[in-house]
Amino acid sequence: MEYFLIIISAIFVNNIMLAQFLGTCPFIGVSSKLSTATGMSGAVVFVITFATLVTYLINKFLLIPFGLEFLQTIAFILVIATLVQIVEIVLKKISPSLYQALGIFLPLITTNCAVLGVALNVVTKEFTFGGGAAHMLNLGESVVYAFATAIGYGMALILFAGLREHLELNDVPKQFKGVPIALITCGILAMAFMGFSGLV
Amino acid sequence: MAAKSNLTNMVLCLTAVCLVCSALLGCMYALTKAPIDKANADILKASIGAVLPDGGDISDAREVKVGGQPSEYYVSSNGDEVVAYAIKSTTVGFGGPLTLMVGITPDGNVYNTSVLSHTETPGLGAKCTSDEHFYSQFKGFDPSQKILSVKKDGGDVDAITASTITSRAYSLAVKNAVEAFKTIKGE
Amino acid sequence: MSKRKLNIFTKGFFKENPTFVLLLGLCPTLATTTSAINGLSMGLATLFVLVLSNIVISAIAPLVPDKVHIPVYIVVIATFVTILQFAMQAYTPDMYKTLGLFIPLIVVNCIVLGRAEAFASKNGIVDSALDGLGIGFGFTMSLTVLGLVREILGSGSAFGWKFISGDGLLVFVMAPGAFIALGYLMVLFNKIAKKS
Repeated sequence: MEYFLIIISAIFVNNIMLAQFLGTCPFIGVSSKLSTATGMSGAVVFVITFATLVTYLINKFLLIPFGLEFLQTIAFILVIATLVQIVEIVLKKISPSLYQALGIFLPLITTNCAVLGVALNVVTKEFTFGGGAAHMLNLGESVVYAFATAIGYGMALILFAGLREHLELNDVPKQFKGVPIALITCGILAMAFMGFSGLV
Repeated sequence: MAAKSNLTNMVLCLTAVCLVCSALLGCMYALTKAPIDKANADILKASIGAVLPDGGDISDAREVKVGGQPSEYYVSSNGDEVVAYAIKSTTVGFGGPLTLMVGITPDGNVYNTSVLSHTETPGLGAKCTSDEHFYSQFKGFDPSQKILSVKKDGGDVDAITASTITSRAYSLAVKNAVEAFKTIKGE
Repeated sequence: MSKRKLNIFTKGFFKENPTFVLLLGLCPTLATTTSAINGLSMGLATLFVLVLSNIVISAIAPLVPDKVHIPVYIVVIATFVTILQFAMQAYTPDMYKTLGLFIPLIVVNCIVLGRAEAFASKNGIVDSALDGLGIGFGFTMSLTVLGLVREILGSGSAFGWKFISGDGLLVFVMAPGAFIALGYLMVLFNKIAKKS
């Protein structure tokens, strides 16, 4: 039940992109085509889940026992950079076409604040789900939370890419073309997602 | 231009950079630790002071368990005489956790309340920090005479318009603090 | 100051404005601009990291092997961010609480790594410092303007000075308003940029 609440909360109520603004740069960057958006979502889900797993363990068994919490930011970002490199190498071998399509955005997952944001949130913030007491997440909850958050991000990305493909065909005023109209659409999408607040 | 990318160079370079940076951060950490602790202590002291009557020395944090849930509290005392208790109480509002500091005098009345942190909607639930009519009704609240829940639920608390869930959470937090107070007194 | 140096400094204001033209660093731009003061503080925090990391990176770039340059740059940036984090926790705890997670997230602000990669690693120390200052000021300016617009519309105040009683159009201090306000500001910016 608790896990179910975490999943609903992370995907809909506190959608990382539409309610917390994390990962906006690649969101605007890769969402103009549905196929790239799908590929990017997959990569992000993988990186966020694994990065959170690894950083949680590093924080708990390395940084805290030695009193090195002040190295959190540096340690986490290095873990993420390494993971991204691994994804890049694997993807190059398995699916060169997807690797081509994601192009410069793959290394940019390193600087996708959603990844570092989730990793830092999990180890520093207290969460409440469905009327339970506020508490720090344990390992299982952290990984589920990270995975669900990433799914929420991917969902927002794919939804938005679909919208943008249609926007391209519409006759919008010249000054609004491209990013400005995309941002305004995104605002309306965020407004729709506000309807979920208070659900969990 | 850039140095050659052979293994020795890369390892050397990364190790050196990491060492220098961690050393720098270690120094910075040692240097700012005292001011950071002081800043945090000041914030805590201010939030406790806001809900308690003046005078009295504030104790260090103590813990009381109510129904299995631990909550933090502070005692303000003048010599041996207890002036009041400040109890930290967290419940779940509309947007997430709502944490209050509740001051309670030894006769069991609520002295004052203040919000430590919240994630309520601006303009609706967030009014619990700014709507004077709402938060001032907890000032001097006597839980033995009145009921700590919103009028909709049969209590004596006027809810904020369109923010019943936040008002409920606020009332519940105060109620939990009163329960914690009873446990402390019973000890 | 020679004309070239002046140009490096001022290009970030308008021609290569990080928010409106380069579309970089959008996360803090949207998340922290609930008021003009918050926007300004976030801008200045980024400016601090940008200038220092640009200086250090331009100094060490020739010594760094090509294949590991990204991790090295990130470590340098993360160091300055953590230093900033400690300083803010110690001396401006209220502002630190407001900006919260977005201070450590300066590490992954694409502007900082972007400038390190595109400018500081190829240019001298003085030029890199000027570049950091210019881009940083441009960023601070956009954040303050966006914060001001959202504050005026959303809470009916400017820099904390309230000029209408009651609430404003609350949607502008919430998430959707951030996107919409930025979208319209971008249109305005495009319009002005086209004319000049």
